[in-house]
Amino acid sequence: MESFLATCIVAATPLIFATVGEIITEKAGVLNLGVEGMMLMGAVIGFMAGLTTESPYAALLGALAAGAGGALIFAVLTVTLRANQTVVGLTLTIFGTGFASFVGQPMLGSMVPETVGSFFAKRSIPLLGDIPFIGPVFFRQDIFVYIAYLIVVIAAVYLFKTRIGLNLRAVGESASSADASGINVEFYKYVHILLGGALCGLGGAYLALVRVPIWQADVVNGRGWIAVALVIFASWNPVKALFGAILFGGLSILGLRLQAMGFSVSQYLVDMIPYLATIVIVILSSHKKGRENQPPADLSNPYFREER
Amino acid sequence: MNFLRLAKRDDLPREKEWIIRIAAVLLSLVFAGLILIIFGLHPLEIFRTIIEGAVGSEMRIKQTIIKAVPLIITSLGILVAFRMKFWNIGGEGQIMMGAFAASYVALFLPEMPKALTLLAMAAAAMVGGGIWAFIPAIFKAKMGTNETIFTLMMNYVAIKFVTYLQYQAWMDPAAKGFPKIAPFPERALLPHVFGVHAGWIIAILCVSFVYFFMNYTKKGYEIAVVGESVETARYAGMNINRIIIISMIISGGLCGLAGMIQSAAVEKTLSVGISGGYGFTAIITAWLGRLNAIVVFFVCIIFAMLIQGGAYIQIALNVPSAVADVVQGIILFFVIGSEFFLQYRVLPGQRLQRSGKEAA
Repeated sequence: MESFLATCIVAATPLIFATVGEIITEKAGVLNLGVEGMMLMGAVIGFMAGLTTESPYAALLGALAAGAGGALIFAVLTVTLRANQTVVGLTLTIFGTGFASFVGQPMLGSMVPETVGSFFAKRSIPLLGDIPFIGPVFFRQDIFVYIAYLIVVIAAVYLFKTRIGLNLRAVGESASSADASGINVEFYKYVHILLGGALCGLGGAYLALVRVPIWQADVVNGRGWIAVALVIFASWNPVKALFGAILFGGLSILGLRLQAMGFSVSQYLVDMIPYLATIVIVILSSHKKGRENQPPADLSNPYFREER
Repeated sequence: MNFLRLAKRDDLPREKEWIIRIAAVLLSLVFAGLILIIFGLHPLEIFRTIIEGAVGSEMRIKQTIIKAVPLIITSLGILVAFRMKFWNIGGEGQIMMGAFAASYVALFLPEMPKALTLLAMAAAAMVGGGIWAFIPAIFKAKMGTNETIFTLMMNYVAIKFVTYLQYQAWMDPAAKGFPKIAPFPERALLPHVFGVHAGWIIAILCVSFVYFFMNYTKKGYEIAVVGESVETARYAGMNINRIIIISMIISGGLCGLAGMIQSAAVEKTLSVGISGGYGFTAIITAWLGRLNAIVVFFVCIIFAMLIQGGAYIQIALNVPSAVADVVQGIILFFVIGSEFFLQYRVLPGQRLQRSGKEAA
């Protein structure tokens, strides 16, 4: 059980990065469907940086920069040039997929270098790692996992307890009101689209550097879309996203686990559960009009000051 | 934004519109070329090979048409939904479920004559795709549920379902352990017309139908009104819920039909790869075609050339076909970005203008 839960955390980690990233982006009223593409860009550049420099820090930086780079294309097109967010997001995913398989072509089958691999090896946190049950599950993981915990906490505090976070939410709820109260809407959108993209890049890098430390073109394999779903599942709350990601990550390995235990369950049908669960959540959130769990009111509405 | 000011254009002459678009494509090619050079590839050779691969011989032209057919039909489906500002990004799933329904008819219903089999498959596919679109539509109509996410999730449910069929429930025991579904019987295969499967005729019929439907019928007009303004539609006494549901059933039905064609003419069975990303690409083509059936038709043909030519460079130059995806992405970014310059003029900012006035 402990080992199963610990594996759930590993499966959840890329989802945590991407989901928190997309939450931050969506809180600015921007729906970026390019998560899958940005994760792939982060994965391939992170892997390449790690492979050529043999430095784990370069790998992390490369992944952050690549994710943010993909997001920058998105931001220029949707915020400055006012293009349709859905269309640009999908294009970004197509571009990122091509980019990763093109840039990664010469590295196919390459292993993560020893120095990078050992940096991302599992290490126990003193004291916390010794707590029975909780320790082995949560605190005997790799550095990425700990960064993910940190990011969840930081994002939650940032969004809900700081002035800037309040402004950000104002931009997402009503860009015109935010603009009227003196918030620089375009600037907020840009910064948070880039932040979101950088986190997606990290999520992708985790898959390429730690989860499967050999380069393969389809590392991300739809997880970007799961992250988009998780945002809703978590009702735009980073802390809920953490638990949602663990749940979704767990479901993705549950079928095989059950089969190993002798139950005849189809992994393919178990794989459906996260998506069905998300649909149920979307329906429920549209049904009960609680103010807590609603999407940002201005989500995916473009904002042009001249057209108010 | 102090030194630049934007003004909305009212009427841009047609020629100028095309000059901007063509300039965007040329710029994107220059930019893509630079990137290819950075990676040590010869851009002109790559572009030439893509075109050669798309139209260089009779066989390749046929391949391009085969790629264009599902893209055109799916794009038309997307178009109908997008006109209403219903963001149907569930094309993939609707294609899958259409193909599933058609496959059920082909593999499990009692034997029928060929014409009847194909008709039943097409009808089943449209119902299958239509139902898959109807589910999010009814929730959108009754409860205002966000359709973007709903349709997206429906894609995955469909993909997992077909995976389950292919790897488990419908796996062909005769395939010696390969996860494959049994091939369709001969009577369930689309016939060829002029050397290409008859899907191209269906695609042209669909273009005419959607063009006529959207521009010359009351329903089509109502869809456009709902897309422009729900309030206007409500004020005019239109039944908005019904319009949402009908147009989504048409949208999903068309996507389902594309699935039937792919299964009955290309794959000749059902498989997880049947939607081939067309459901997503169609969103881009529908949008670039400005949601006009005829323009969409031509955009889809250009896209099919890129897809087919991209597959060809792998064989011809031993360059990964992903290069074509990168080039395609760059062209798209530029063309999407250029739309801005069709709608706005960038003028010198206020300070500059004030000084201009003083001079006058």
